[in-house]
Amino acid sequence: MIETVRVGMAEYKVAKSPSVLVSLGLGSCVGVALYESTKKIGGLAHIMLPDSSLSSKKDFNPGKFADTAIDMMIKDMVKNGVDPRKLIGKIAGGAQMFQIKSDSNIMQIGRRNVEAVRSKLALLNIKIISEDVEGNFGRTIEFDCETGELTIKTIGHGIKKI
Amino acid sequence: MFSDIELDALKEIGNIGAGNAATALSLLLSNKIRMNVPKVAIIPFDDVSNSVGGPENLVAGIFMRITGDISGNILIVIPKEKACNLVNCLLKQKPGEYGFSEMEESALVEVGNIVASSYIVALSDFTRLSMKISVPSFAYDMAGAIFSFPLSLYGYMGDTAFLIETEFAEGIDDINFHFFLIPDDDSLKVLLKAIGVSSFD
Repeated sequence: MIETVRVGMAEYKVAKSPSVLVSLGLGSCVGVALYESTKKIGGLAHIMLPDSSLSSKKDFNPGKFADTAIDMMIKDMVKNGVDPRKLIGKIAGGAQMFQIKSDSNIMQIGRRNVEAVRSKLALLNIKIISEDVEGNFGRTIEFDCETGELTIKTIGHGIKKI
Repeated sequence: MFSDIELDALKEIGNIGAGNAATALSLLLSNKIRMNVPKVAIIPFDDVSNSVGGPENLVAGIFMRITGDISGNILIVIPKEKACNLVNCLLKQKPGEYGFSEMEESALVEVGNIVASSYIVALSDFTRLSMKISVPSFAYDMAGAIFSFPLSLYGYMGDTAFLIETEFAEGIDDINFHFFLIPDDDSLKVLLKAIGVSSFD
């Protein structure tokens, strides 16, 4: 039986085939899917914000930020026997849902999340092999640990597999 | 984090804003408007969209940023069907299957603007704090995606969402929407202090 594992906002989860990791209604958040194809182990992080250095509190949930969430998720994957050098990445989300006229780039969270994820994965030498990011629409994503396929569902912008 | 008295005070703040907003809305729609007692919700980010049908439910969202003596965000969320009823009530036309026309969208935004402005005016009068709201911005998509932006803004400050939520309803045309006031973390203290209820320094 295929188990669907829900990954909520500011959470990350690791699962093995035949599980499917799912995040519902991503807006400015970014879904970071990491996969190890020989062991068929996948991880999905649903990050909200680019960088933990921006947190106003010292004590925070590491799942919120791109840098800390990716680190923690990889640690979890390694615990499950994954060789981090074999990981590949797929990312989706980072939309700007509301068009707000503002000079402050704090309003462009979506784009900044995408940039932060890209540079964090580059730093870890994890290649992003496909992505579906930015735009102004929401996405539900399903990450199949059997195939490593990431399915993106939208309202009015079709369904895509990357 | 907050005492019962402080939470009650924040509910009362919501009540004062929402009462004025309901009056304005009732004049606009020429009908009776019901509102519930505002709720102060301190819940996981992921649970926020449950009150409007879950993260994948199609909703209209109107977002405004508050600046001034306090800062924060306002988000008005209207489930698809109720948004169509609201458009129908205002413009006497039924929106098409695939979203709203420019005119219909602008009508929804204007309702949002009127409701938010009257809410903020009452709040400002009561607390003697100055606040103004930005030009409203509109989106029509999954509820989770609509919430992600204001929740992320709050995410810099906290691990759980903090919202003051009021539900407005009009019975004849079956209109219903949710109004969320999401004050920035430090502004909560300013609000409580302004009305003389605060255990903070």
